[in-house]
Amino acid sequence: MSARAIRRRAKSVVMTGVVAGLALLAVLPLLFIFGDLIHKGATSIDWNFFVKSPVPAGDTGGGVANAIVGTGIIVGMACLIGLPIGIGAGLFLAEYGNGRLGWLVRFVADVMNGTPSIVIGIFAWTWLVRPVGHFSAMAGGAALAMLMIPMLSRTTEEMVRLVPNSLREAALALGYPRWRTSLAVVARTALAGIVTGALVAVARIAGETAPLLFTALGNLNFSTAVNHPMQTLSLQIYVYATGPFDEWHRLAWAAALVLMGFVLLVSLAARWATRSRYETR
Amino acid sequence: MKLDNSAARLESAPTPLTGAAVSNGPHPGSAPPPDGPAPLALEAASGHDNSLVRIETRRLTALFGRNVAIREVSLFVPANTVTAIIGPSGCGKSTFLRCLNRMHELSDGGWTTGAVLLDGEDIYGGGLDPVAVRSRIGMVFQRPTPFPTMSIYENVAAGLRVQNRLTRTNQDEVVEQALRQAALWDEVKDRLHTGATALSGGQQQRLCIARAVAPRPQVLLLDEPTASLDPAGTQRIEELCHELKRQFTIVIVTHNMQQAARVSDYTAFFYLGELIEIDRTTQLFTKPAKEQTEAYLTGRFG
Repeated sequence: MSARAIRRRAKSVVMTGVVAGLALLAVLPLLFIFGDLIHKGATSIDWNFFVKSPVPAGDTGGGVANAIVGTGIIVGMACLIGLPIGIGAGLFLAEYGNGRLGWLVRFVADVMNGTPSIVIGIFAWTWLVRPVGHFSAMAGGAALAMLMIPMLSRTTEEMVRLVPNSLREAALALGYPRWRTSLAVVARTALAGIVTGALVAVARIAGETAPLLFTALGNLNFSTAVNHPMQTLSLQIYVYATGPFDEWHRLAWAAALVLMGFVLLVSLAARWATRSRYETR
Repeated sequence: MKLDNSAARLESAPTPLTGAAVSNGPHPGSAPPPDGPAPLALEAASGHDNSLVRIETRRLTALFGRNVAIREVSLFVPANTVTAIIGPSGCGKSTFLRCLNRMHELSDGGWTTGAVLLDGEDIYGGGLDPVAVRSRIGMVFQRPTPFPTMSIYENVAAGLRVQNRLTRTNQDEVVEQALRQAALWDEVKDRLHTGATALSGGQQQRLCIARAVAPRPQVLLLDEPTASLDPAGTQRIEELCHELKRQFTIVIVTHNMQQAARVSDYTAFFYLGELIEIDRTTQLFTKPAKEQTEAYLTGRFG
């Protein structure tokens, strides 16, 4: 082997090593986070953790059932509002959004995508909490929906644009009306991608804290009343982690682990939905 | 009787019928289109058993914004024949085809002037819904376009379902019949409910033909249907043309002159957006009336 070939090969090995190292650095935080969460939180997770509500400060035991149920309800409400609007807007942008209205919607969605979530929280507080006079889970759900809609509309738009135009034409040539082409052929073809986008959006809002501080507020008791304050995992972590009790810190770690696990699960589901993209039925 | 019928129809045409196979240039006492060539004289068609005019275009002009894609094309397409459209790339073949089922207007900036008569009725006339027009005219595209989320069966039934033509019980029969007509039935009858994208390219294209014929359209438009197929697939589609013309009127755009010669009864030659010549295929290929046609056929350009 000539000297030049050796030099080339050495260079190649070094560069491969460098990028591999950088890739490792990129995933390292996730590994550390998970390691830390499992180390500090896993021992606190037992059956009671999932089914019991918090006990008075200072006592040991109790769980975060209120926060788990609350997260479910508030994220559920956000989905109820956000999914139809966000996906509908995305479909509109992709299929009919070439005009001025499309440009405007796209621009607003981009601005909203970049809006800090705490600003959304203040906005929701101004319009949904202050006029009513008290904090409520509904306001929290609405705030999360507002975060969700622009994300969803842009991912849906991208997924729908991936559908080849030839499919649209084939449907139209077959006598499909335009709206039916959009729904029965185009949206259906893009469905896996749209579902993935929706799951990613859910994972993203499930961990949001800032918009909920002003809206759902948090609640140390078990509550399913949507017009009253409600606890979520993220709020629970915030309160417990900043509180003075060791017992609270322990529960905060465990709650963080549960939340992280949920997000991971949803992300995996999103991956799976993408993979089965071209399977029929 | 049929001849009389067609003659009556022809008299209502804007251009005169002459004894000549192709009528070029002005005719005294008539008003042929000033620029475009005269339409195929119907004498040629009247020799055919079922010589109704299915489609007639009158000075059909298609534009993209301000750019003219085809200019004042007037021709007849007799029923139950195969008419091939040939010409070099960019001559407006596909655009012409897309005007026949109002697909052209769906392209960015696409619009038309002139008229397209389907069984004597202007499909661009005010009263007609483009969606209804398209359901009377089937179309197959250059690349196979099966709906990827639907099974083979659902693909074939898609047009029927959207047009609400049939009850569920009939649907099975029509799907089978359409697949048989597209010579695909034997290959897929055991896996009707599996995904359509698992089929080979040639099978997918025949599936698209089955999908197009299932709603029983009057006309079948084929836009270079064999462009993405191998020779065996191409041959099957060409054989299908001969079968299908018994029931449908076929207009096929093709790049391939040999294909036009093999499958069609009539051939129209387009060049630079204009109809240069239309005639019986045998006539056009052996004794073209226009120099440009001859030049193209002999490979001197295009």
